[in-house]
Amino acid sequence: MRYAYFPGCSYHGTGKEYELSTHAVAKKLGMELVTIPDWSCCGATASHGKSHLLNIALPSRNLGIAEGMGIGEVTTGCAACYQQLANANKKMIENEDLRNKVNSITGKPYKGTLKVKSIVEAIGIVDPETIKSQVVKPLTGLKVACYYGCLLVRPPEITGFDDPENPMFIDNIMKLAGAEVLDWAHKTECCGASLGVSNLDVAVRMIDRILAAAVESDADCIAVACPFCHLNLDWHQKSVNRKLGKSYDIPVFYFTELLGLSMGISPDELGFKTHFTDTKKVLSVVG
Amino acid sequence: MESINVNESIVKNADFTEEIGIESGQPVQKCYQCGKCTAGCPLTFAMDYKPNQVIRMVQLGMKDELLKCQTIWICSNCSTCTTRCPCNVEVAEVMGALRIMAGKSGTTPPGKAKYVEVMYDALLGTVERFGRTYEVGLVMQNNLKSGKLFNNADMGMPMFQRGKLKLLPTKVQGAAEVARIFAEVRKMEGGVK
Amino acid sequence: MAKRIGLFICWCGSNIGGVVDVPRVVEETKNYPGVAFATDYKYMCSEPGQNLIISKVKEHNLDRVVVASCTPMLHEPTFRKAIARAGLNPYMFDMANIREQCSWVHSNDKEAATQKAIALVKRALAKVSQVEPLFESSIPITKKALVVGAGIAGIQVALDIADSGHEVILLERESTIGGNMVKLDKTFPTMDCSACISTPKMVQAAQHPNITIMTYAELVDVQGYIGNFEITIKQKARYVDHTICTGCGLCTEKCPTKVLSSFELGMGKRKAIYIEFPQAVPNKPVIDPDNCRYLKNGKCGICKKLCPVGAVDFEQKDELIEEKVGAIVIATGYDLIKWEEIYGEYGYGRFKDVITGLQFERLVNASGPTNGLIQRPSDGKEPKTVVFIKCVGSRDEAKAKEYCSRACCMYTAKHAHQVIEKIEGGHAYIFYMDVRTPGKAYDEFYRRTVDEGAQYIRGRVSKIYQSGDKLVVMGADTLLGSAVHIEADLVVLATAMVPTEGSEKIAQLAGVNIDKDGFFIEAHPKLRPVETMTGGVFLAGACQGPKDIPDTVSQASGAAAKVAALLSNEEMATDPMICHIDEKMCSGCLVCKEVCPYKAISEKTITERIAGQPVERMVASVNTGLCQGCGNCTVACRAGAANLKGYTNLQLLSEVDALCR
Repeated sequence: MRYAYFPGCSYHGTGKEYELSTHAVAKKLGMELVTIPDWSCCGATASHGKSHLLNIALPSRNLGIAEGMGIGEVTTGCAACYQQLANANKKMIENEDLRNKVNSITGKPYKGTLKVKSIVEAIGIVDPETIKSQVVKPLTGLKVACYYGCLLVRPPEITGFDDPENPMFIDNIMKLAGAEVLDWAHKTECCGASLGVSNLDVAVRMIDRILAAAVESDADCIAVACPFCHLNLDWHQKSVNRKLGKSYDIPVFYFTELLGLSMGISPDELGFKTHFTDTKKVLSVVG
Repeated sequence: MESINVNESIVKNADFTEEIGIESGQPVQKCYQCGKCTAGCPLTFAMDYKPNQVIRMVQLGMKDELLKCQTIWICSNCSTCTTRCPCNVEVAEVMGALRIMAGKSGTTPPGKAKYVEVMYDALLGTVERFGRTYEVGLVMQNNLKSGKLFNNADMGMPMFQRGKLKLLPTKVQGAAEVARIFAEVRKMEGGVK
Repeated sequence: MAKRIGLFICWCGSNIGGVVDVPRVVEETKNYPGVAFATDYKYMCSEPGQNLIISKVKEHNLDRVVVASCTPMLHEPTFRKAIARAGLNPYMFDMANIREQCSWVHSNDKEAATQKAIALVKRALAKVSQVEPLFESSIPITKKALVVGAGIAGIQVALDIADSGHEVILLERESTIGGNMVKLDKTFPTMDCSACISTPKMVQAAQHPNITIMTYAELVDVQGYIGNFEITIKQKARYVDHTICTGCGLCTEKCPTKVLSSFELGMGKRKAIYIEFPQAVPNKPVIDPDNCRYLKNGKCGICKKLCPVGAVDFEQKDELIEEKVGAIVIATGYDLIKWEEIYGEYGYGRFKDVITGLQFERLVNASGPTNGLIQRPSDGKEPKTVVFIKCVGSRDEAKAKEYCSRACCMYTAKHAHQVIEKIEGGHAYIFYMDVRTPGKAYDEFYRRTVDEGAQYIRGRVSKIYQSGDKLVVMGADTLLGSAVHIEADLVVLATAMVPTEGSEKIAQLAGVNIDKDGFFIEAHPKLRPVETMTGGVFLAGACQGPKDIPDTVSQASGAAAKVAALLSNEEMATDPMICHIDEKMCSGCLVCKEVCPYKAISEKTITERIAGQPVERMVASVNTGLCQGCGNCTVACRAGAANLKGYTNLQLLSEVDALCR
């Protein structure tokens, strides 16, 4: 399977491990990820609150470039980028006036022929046997709380590949990797997203709820699929501990890292070193 | 809250209610105030008006109160409200339309909301310059404008050590093209900072 | 012979006369070709008004009449009878509606209204110039009724029809009659024990000489028409011969297979050979073939070995039974919406202690799976904090149904009362949007529950999740302007009532329409609430829309009265305004047969003489008993052979001509 791949602005920064592990896993699964040449920012969470037109135009420039690649489907790891691309794709296909208006300003006209998939969906629809055949070090005994957050599953009119209330795509992938997945309460509660940057005092309370639910469910670790979720749950775990007097110490992984681990890819190659929480605990469970 | 002259508010601000309906694409008049949006919202603790109250205020034309409130900026656009609304009102879209209108009106949001707007502006500012978000620049600008100089600074070093901070921005070849998008949108809509 | 039309224009007091210039309408139309007499009068429908028509018909030797007044829905029958009294055929008549379709809707423009009234009168004159006498015929009536569904609605209908002296077949697909009502504990607002008031009715039905109860049986075919239906019923194999079974219960006691009981809504168990509940009617068992070990793999057969009278018969087969009836009453009732498939935010049914109101009825019922002790399903503990959520699936156009299910506000108040009464230290919290209690002594009941300590919280619930052995209920209190949460031991959902599964099939069989939610559509929501648009088919209970018990029983008695009135006749007149096929013009294409919603058209072979030789050919033929005069066939007929009597193509075209002139 070939995809036009949109890395997203965090690809060599805060989301470095995601980028590394996504490529490593894709290679094992025979998925070809062709980076969209000269891609630009999708507008992230900011343009939604600034201008409808800008919010569609920024991702559409990338869709326009991707369309020219002759690959029918686009994928991206970041949940925010995914939502931005999927939303713009839907609006550009449905609304001709908007499409003409946007195409007149992006310099990269988009006809509306693409499908946009999250990397979660792209991996989730791979034949389970193909995934199983690559799992050489199953994560036996590892209890994973799969965390989806908001933008992967909501609103369902835009995302729609998984259930918005009890999504299972990451769970199913983790099961194939040999892990034990948990039915826990906060799979889709919001982590605060960019409030982690702008209003940390607010964000820590949201992060705290999610971490508490994961700990209550007896999870060894949390699996995520978004650099913002990872930033908040991993990097800001310390902030939660400091500001709210908690003592969380639960590792947070991109689901691709755990899948890669089960496929025998070395932790270094997957980016385990760049975590803020201690990953050794998990490595010791898996052995 | 003072007693509100409902008739005056509705009549005076009928345009506002209509505009929010059109901008958000949402049938706000359908809301029957069940409060399910508020019940599921993860951020009510930081809001001055609860999501259902925001919808009610739109129905009643309470423009001034809404454009300077915290809620519309605190909303993280998580869309839990949208997903569960029994009346098919996408509450998150209404919040977005209110944010856009507040931004254009030049109303400086108070308190926490200010930091959100500053962050949005900082992020989009780096995108306009470089074509992509530049995380270091974003945090520095954010801190300068919000006046919280050392916000997140303690996190900077560990980030850097993990190779997660690039000190220089990556510039897209087509950065000029991206800048033009901003310019054109500004021309078409006016008011985007 | 020249036509002699009488034209009578009504003022309807100021209803018409206050807007339309009536004398001018008379002036402008009295010279229309064929009009022999024209006048106006204040109230044409009054006795002097009718006498005026009668005397003028005689005086001027009129042969047809136009009345311009209100809608024909209201007074067409009145005026038809009047001209019949004057000695004319009642169908030599037409009406111009110059009230509902003119003066009422154009009250702000008197001149335009007057012009329109003139045009409408001319239309009626054009039509009446073309009418011909029509004659009613009569058909015999089978004096027996079929009632589909034996819940409280069906039982009440059957008893009332039977008491009026007619035979009734009471059909039920389950193994016992009783429906949902027998599952309930107490009934609001009087708190009578539901079983105590419904089981005697079941027995009464079983013992009534005019009622034949057929349980474990389904309607599979309906042919015929009002007064003369031919129905086919499938009697499902019970594997127990009820003619010899004594109902001793030995078989059910010894059967080794236990499965979840649907009567207990999955909260209790029954055997593979079972009687639904101790007061079931008939009180004899059936074998569930999906779970019986013998029927599945030929092993076991303990029931057959033990039965002292040899009633168990594994060879029994489904059987088709044909019957003739004159009327059909649909009383198929409701199911609760499958909330587990819709509400992910409430756990998709994953949390054992989130149950429905009907399940709560079983929990609190002395004959239920817990003997009336309120014990939650997960661990059997008595819940102290019980949260009730109303409008789950109701008033939710995004996920489920737009409508209000009507009974939930009251039964939830009852449940809250029971929690407070039965559980020591129990707390009841009710999330609601509105409290709707329009019924006799209903609001008083709700207020009493509040006085007893039930906490009503105005807001919907967004999410329920399990935390330890508690269920965290995340709601809103919109009166407080805040999100709220409750750590509950048990959550009870007041889920929407929906038409019972399979009612769509019954609708197809009986030729009755259903609405977008699947409820049966009545002939008129106000004036004909128990009839359907299909003659001889009536409705009772929640199959027509959500209802509580008092409303259901009232409607059931209403439907029974309609059936009794129909069956009290030996024969009935048919409407003469039905389709007529001109066989000379009919090409035999039978497109009309395809578009007929009443299955009233069939093919028939006629013999014609062409060039002196007899030639057989196919033409369409109308069953005058089945045809309802809808006119579909006349539109579809390419040759123009199909005509609706009283609304022939010629008549309609002359009306259009008159209007366009």
